[in-house]
Amino acid sequence: MMRLELVKRPQRSALFSALSPFIAFALTIIAGAIMFALLGVNPLTAFRIYFIEPISQVWQLHELAIKAAPLILIAVGLSVCYKANIWNIGAEGQFILGGIFGSSIPVLFPQFEGPLVLPLMLLLGMVGGAAYAAIPALLKTRFGTNEILTSLMLVYVAQLFLDWLVRGPWRDPQGHGFPQTIQFGDSAVLPELMPDAGRANWGFAFALIAAVLIWILMSRMLKGFEVRVLGSSPRAGRFAGFGLNRMVFFAFLLSGALAGLAGISEVSGAIGQLQPVISPGYGFTAIIVAFLGRLNPLGIVAAGLVLALTYLGGEAVQSALGISDKVARVFQGMLLFFVLGCDTLIHYRIRLIGLALTKPDGAAKLDAAPKLKEAR
Amino acid sequence: MGANQDGTNLLEVRGLTKIFGALTACDHIDLDIARGEIHALLGENGAGKSTLVKMLFGSLEPNSGEIFWNGQAVRITSPGVAKKLGIGMVFQHFSLFEALTAAENIALSLDDGSPIGSIAAKARALSYSYGLPLDPESMVGDLSVGERQRIEIIRCLLQTPQLIILDEPTSVLTPQEADKLFETLERLRSEGKSILYISHRLEEVKRICDRATVLRHGKVVGHCNPREETAASLARMMVGNEVQAVVRAPAEGIETAQPLLEIRGLTRKPATPFSIPLRNISLNVRAGEVIGIAGVAGNGQGEFFESVSGEVLQQDAASVRIRGKDAGGLTITGRRLLGAAFVPEERLGHGAAPRMKLSENLLLSRHATDGKAFVGTGGMVKSGAIYAASQRIIAAMDVRKSAPDPEAAALSGGNLQKFIVGRELDRRPSVMVVNQPTWGVDAGAAARIRQTLIELSRSGSAVLVISQDLDELFEISDAIAVMHNGELSKPMPIAEATFEKVGLLMGGAEPGHAEHTLETA
Repeated sequence: MMRLELVKRPQRSALFSALSPFIAFALTIIAGAIMFALLGVNPLTAFRIYFIEPISQVWQLHELAIKAAPLILIAVGLSVCYKANIWNIGAEGQFILGGIFGSSIPVLFPQFEGPLVLPLMLLLGMVGGAAYAAIPALLKTRFGTNEILTSLMLVYVAQLFLDWLVRGPWRDPQGHGFPQTIQFGDSAVLPELMPDAGRANWGFAFALIAAVLIWILMSRMLKGFEVRVLGSSPRAGRFAGFGLNRMVFFAFLLSGALAGLAGISEVSGAIGQLQPVISPGYGFTAIIVAFLGRLNPLGIVAAGLVLALTYLGGEAVQSALGISDKVARVFQGMLLFFVLGCDTLIHYRIRLIGLALTKPDGAAKLDAAPKLKEAR
Repeated sequence: MGANQDGTNLLEVRGLTKIFGALTACDHIDLDIARGEIHALLGENGAGKSTLVKMLFGSLEPNSGEIFWNGQAVRITSPGVAKKLGIGMVFQHFSLFEALTAAENIALSLDDGSPIGSIAAKARALSYSYGLPLDPESMVGDLSVGERQRIEIIRCLLQTPQLIILDEPTSVLTPQEADKLFETLERLRSEGKSILYISHRLEEVKRICDRATVLRHGKVVGHCNPREETAASLARMMVGNEVQAVVRAPAEGIETAQPLLEIRGLTRKPATPFSIPLRNISLNVRAGEVIGIAGVAGNGQGEFFESVSGEVLQQDAASVRIRGKDAGGLTITGRRLLGAAFVPEERLGHGAAPRMKLSENLLLSRHATDGKAFVGTGGMVKSGAIYAASQRIIAAMDVRKSAPDPEAAALSGGNLQKFIVGRELDRRPSVMVVNQPTWGVDAGAAARIRQTLIELSRSGSAVLVISQDLDELFEISDAIAVMHNGELSKPMPIAEATFEKVGLLMGGAEPGHAEHTLETA
């Protein structure tokens, strides 16, 4: 009998570390081709419709930017968390709470207009996301709970809370009973960047600015150094005098604020009102974006555009070929799978072991246990 | 196995080679071990001793070379094969479950399904017959390091090996415990068993070993009879050149000097069921002196270091005072700002972040104390300044490295330790606390580190050194205190200290004993 074992490589190949996202993307394409073939569609046609046609005209590039903006904003925040070895999986919930907090001004005070409205909404959105992210941070530092579970479960709380709001207290009285708030007034709508060319709004600019700022933070500033030290060797971080609890709050509040900003930008810019569902899973897809971008803010911009394309492509194949738009989720899942797989194989190699001879000693097995954090 | 008693050696190794990437850890090693001899394997850290032994015990597979057991070529593919041949090993770092009894731990490794009662009886009988008394029913967590080592030795002996490999066995023992062990080893030799004894302690090798094989940089540099050599000549073979002796000028005017580090009634509850509580520790370290803290590993030194450094805070702010100010409530950063510097025992992962560059590791302990020099407005790191400062330290401490600014993990242990010590010395700290300054460091680097610690104290700083290496403490300390089971004895002036006195305290003799000696002296 044979079995597989992962053995840690003494050295990582720098070349393959850099190539890994591209290899993962290529493998995704191959697996996708097999999937399309099994669905009875010519893979080449499907790929043209999925990946090329959605970005062949300028207005379509604007649509791409609209989809990419929240992904990038959330993912750069998450990259700080993950670099610090803190696992915020609840960005989707923080996104929703940001949307709700920011929308409170146009919904509750529709008469309030002027240039102050929008900055205030954006600020409230960030506060909402950060406040919601503070809950798992508090639970982790105070009671030692696992932040993966708490932040994830809070997503469902946020989703149901939004659903209740738009069906109950915040429903538009003139909305014929539809579960949605009033349309925001003009001063509460995030302006478009280039109204003549397409719909892309300032949310995309926020995303790019955030990516650059976080890149400076992580690579040039003492705070970023603190994040990296505590994430890679917590004991050395403690020796340096950096507090782990403070870092948990910093990472959660920062990523929550960015997710909240993404939420209010999406509601105010792309939707224009609150609805029962304001996100096609941006908060979860952003996790893929963060890893595909190798937790580097600039890589995340590129990865965000790629993942945004999977959303657009999903819609395109649905209308053109009649394939379910769930295919977008399949592509995203495969991409994450292959990225993590490639990263694991950069750190470890596979060894085939015959069981007949001897028992392996336990130490080797422990050492070989792959950890998610190694995927960085 | 007794059939083959003609002149052949028990074990012969020919041309054994092991390559890790670009590093040849063992390069065509030849080694013969006769029946009934204690054979020393000498070499500095990183000379290839551990790699060689792991190949003999089947934990590593050689790239080339042959191993002959009783004259027959064998392939030792796993520790199981080694055990079957009759090779037993006692590792430097024990693999025992603390929450199980000694007998249960032995049963786990024997793995032959015999009932625990009979194993316990056999272990007890064996342990007494070899003069290593052991209670098989006792919980490993309650045992001292020396007693844990006995479990490992008994466990090894129960498998009736022909060759026993001991890896640095005395590094965790008091001098008295070591004497006991030597008696056992001589007894085993008289029974015709062979022992491969790995050590870098030359005196004990001279004392008990019949022959020695010396390794340097993965190659055999010589075979000799250690009894005919001097410690100096053995050291020369190991290191390749003369190691400069550490010079300790007499400390002058210490009696009247200010205490810069004061510890008063420091007490700490155990953080985990297996950690040691600190019991009412008091100690003054004055400007201009080096105080050494001796003790067997695991008697609270780690807990003590954490408490003094501020990685763990104290309830009573006055229990740690630095330069006359209460520091018990200050974090490590606060204590550094008072002028203290710290070097922890673990280099990788505690004193340095393994995957970060040396310049970044400089920032690790100095981002607050040298805030102006290294961190600019708005929290931007001045990478040019930290690079320049790290190069200055690298030059001052003669840190050998392969790239201008390599990751900490790419340096050898000794060179990384030189950098970490240099990083703190570069600040001219007025209080320096070092835990195991030269653990796993080659002799040349160790001498350099010791010398710099003495020089720091002579320039007016207070230096506190925690070490398991008694030779080291006698070399550099002006006074030695002993830590045992979370208690600290009164410091003994070096002129009055002897290995025997310190050893007794390490073994748990009354701390008052030291006071006694002081009074009578």
